[in-house]
Amino acid sequence: MIAEIGLYALVLAFLMAAAQTFFGLAGAGTQRLRWMAVTRPAAFGQLFFMALSYGCLTELFVTSNYSVRYVAKYSNALMPLFYRVAGVWGAHEGSMMLWMLVLAVWTALVAVFSRKLPVVFANRVLGVLGAIACGFFLFTLITSNPFVRLLPPALHGGTLNPILEDPLLVIHPPMLYMGYVGLSVAFSFAVAALIGGRMDAAWARWTRPWTLAAWIFLTVGIVLGSFWSYYELGWGGWWFWDPVENASFMPWLIATALIHSLAVTEKRGAFKSWTALLAIAGFSLSLLGTFLVRSGVLISIHAFAMDPRRGMFILVLLGIMSALALAVYIWRAPLLWETGGGFRFFSRETFILLNNILLVAGAGAVFIGTIYPLFIEVFGLGRLSVGPPYFDHVFIPIMFPLFLLMGIGPYVSWKSGSLKALRRRLWIPFLLWLLASCVLLFVALDSRWPLMTWLGAFFGSWVFLTAFTEPVRRLWLRFRGEPVRLPSGVLGMSLAHFGVGVVILGITMSTTLGVWRDMPMRAGQSYRMAGFRYRFDAIRPAHGRNWTGVRATFSIFHQGRRFAVVHPEKRHFFPDGGTTTNAAIVGGPVHDLFVSLGNPLGKGKWSLRFRYEPMVIFVWLGGLLMALGGLVAMLDRRYRIALEVRPFLPIDEASQSPDDEEAL
Amino acid sequence: MKRARYAILGIPFVILAGLVVTFWAGLLHHPSIIPSPLIGKPAPALILPRLAHPDQQVTRAVFRNHVTLLNVWASWCVSCQYEYPTLLWLQRHGVRIIGVDYKDRHKPALDYLRQHGDPYVEVAYDRKGLATINWGVYGVPETFVLGPRGRIRYKYVGPIPLSVARRTILPLVQHLRISEPVS
Repeated sequence: MIAEIGLYALVLAFLMAAAQTFFGLAGAGTQRLRWMAVTRPAAFGQLFFMALSYGCLTELFVTSNYSVRYVAKYSNALMPLFYRVAGVWGAHEGSMMLWMLVLAVWTALVAVFSRKLPVVFANRVLGVLGAIACGFFLFTLITSNPFVRLLPPALHGGTLNPILEDPLLVIHPPMLYMGYVGLSVAFSFAVAALIGGRMDAAWARWTRPWTLAAWIFLTVGIVLGSFWSYYELGWGGWWFWDPVENASFMPWLIATALIHSLAVTEKRGAFKSWTALLAIAGFSLSLLGTFLVRSGVLISIHAFAMDPRRGMFILVLLGIMSALALAVYIWRAPLLWETGGGFRFFSRETFILLNNILLVAGAGAVFIGTIYPLFIEVFGLGRLSVGPPYFDHVFIPIMFPLFLLMGIGPYVSWKSGSLKALRRRLWIPFLLWLLASCVLLFVALDSRWPLMTWLGAFFGSWVFLTAFTEPVRRLWLRFRGEPVRLPSGVLGMSLAHFGVGVVILGITMSTTLGVWRDMPMRAGQSYRMAGFRYRFDAIRPAHGRNWTGVRATFSIFHQGRRFAVVHPEKRHFFPDGGTTTNAAIVGGPVHDLFVSLGNPLGKGKWSLRFRYEPMVIFVWLGGLLMALGGLVAMLDRRYRIALEVRPFLPIDEASQSPDDEEAL
Repeated sequence: MKRARYAILGIPFVILAGLVVTFWAGLLHHPSIIPSPLIGKPAPALILPRLAHPDQQVTRAVFRNHVTLLNVWASWCVSCQYEYPTLLWLQRHGVRIIGVDYKDRHKPALDYLRQHGDPYVEVAYDRKGLATINWGVYGVPETFVLGPRGRIRYKYVGPIPLSVARRTILPLVQHLRISEPVS
């Protein structure tokens, strides 16, 4: 009964989305207020029925109702309640349900917060969002209905992959989906503005907080995923350039570019058609990610069950949505050419343009690396895997100039900057950086760092030292009694840029100075690596609610003093659920020590892996700082004021407005 | 000038069209739609050094009189690490697995087996990935099931999920043991 209610609610949600699309787009096109009045209630209706349908699926999971095929396959009464609730999105059908629930939530939020926007524009946005939702409803109802009954019902439930039974992994997909789907809002804003043929400063100001919100979720999602693979997969490492990781990284790079180009569109009215293109590309890439994960065209550790039929459906969906958006773009972009301010070569605009070029080039490099094997295969040239070496050699060099520009760009004025002003603002961090570089050079030569370590430290310290220069300068001026404000937009940018520096530090140190060894050992033996002594004390059988296994005890000594006792484990899940390696990690700001238990080698010997990862925690800390920076920037006062329509100011007025110089 | 700008607007569209066509072709190429042409055929030639003892050789003779799983793997392959528990599970259920180490270096491969456990009764070492071309192997991991008379009965491309091992491969192995009596 519950399953039927769920399916029924899903169909109703689809109809609501269809109504939302029709009345939103047709109402805006024909300027009929009565039609447009239906759009918003339809969006709320879509959320209501989608939530009801999702609730039904959750109820089926919680009660372990094995008469539903999807539940019988992926739920098990032995699993704790938490994982039964989360198990809903553990496989393809349920994760589509989560995807649509998230889309319905975003749509309803847009419906709530768009009341002050011009009614025609708001309707177009909701109409486009509705059209996206319709596509996914059709996809789910036709190819991936989670409510299909199983007759006769199964006696036992299936199992979740034990690797996936982890609290972090439970919140990882919803975060990522909030980010992926959130980009649909920027997409819809862009398409709606293109249809209307008007894209002004007010438009950019409406779009920015939504883009930032999606970007924040995407950032947190990627950080969580990376952290999870570090401590759970059991072989160390936090980024594998796996197709699915890349699928989330490409939209992130494009969204980052979009955040910056939106700043130009807002402040200067320039880059309009480029901004629109980025908004379209960002969401198209997140659709592409969905396609890559669910179609099985690429082999990945994250892939869902392979089903080419589903792949074709998503591909058609992706093709139609992106093609329509790009067709609107071709049709309308010429309208955006004539407007917008000009700028000199040495100006903030140029720096942001370079930022965009580098970020898009980075995304392009990742894109090529991800789908190149497929191209080769399709054109009958054999098959190959593109490994991390490609990405290290192609992607990282693109990022270095970006780090350099990042420290300068925010201190160059809009429209026409001057070297003199730049010198005045940056001389203190520049001198500090020279000093730091000398110290780093000394340390590097002394401890024989590889070149990459030195390069990373060099660029990283530049990013660090310039990140907070602007807030510090403003606070200093204020301290001296000058009327200077510190808008949270500026503070957020500084935080996020500082976060980038922290990430650079973490990546550089852990990848270039980390060491690992595989050692066969038996209890009682010791092993010394990177200044630490690991003593294998004991190994004993262990068991949990749904696993049995072994648990080893290690004492770690540093300079003769025991400072940690750790317990790496190996778990066999039953029934036949596979094996996980639960590495023991002693974490800290300076370094992580990582002990992972391999397999028995006979005669009491075990294979062991030891890793020494300096400063690896900064990779995730920096990512979270970036997200925090985004959050602070999003709370900027002017986004709340901006909800009132403000016409785009011509260049000369804009450059005189006091707001211009201050805000990002 | 103006015309050039219009032409530039079309570039994203052309890229999109190219991608969609490629992906569509990729889906049609998908190994789960087009089965390996080798299925039902005798195993192609195989002469390779043993990984553990390079002076000894692994030949087609290893397939004789047993139902065998041939698993192509490499120590650098992340998907193989994902697949590994499945292989160990199959080994625990009495499946005889021969490994082919593909385009790999010698020491990392041995370390890998020591670290993760060794599900293989025998590992052949295909350093340059040339010997397995006849088998249609382009990447790792790929897995074949061979009957006791050395005919290929099944092929799986990519990491084997435990569900496929349980529902397809293990029953197939048991079926072949009964239906293809040894000579």
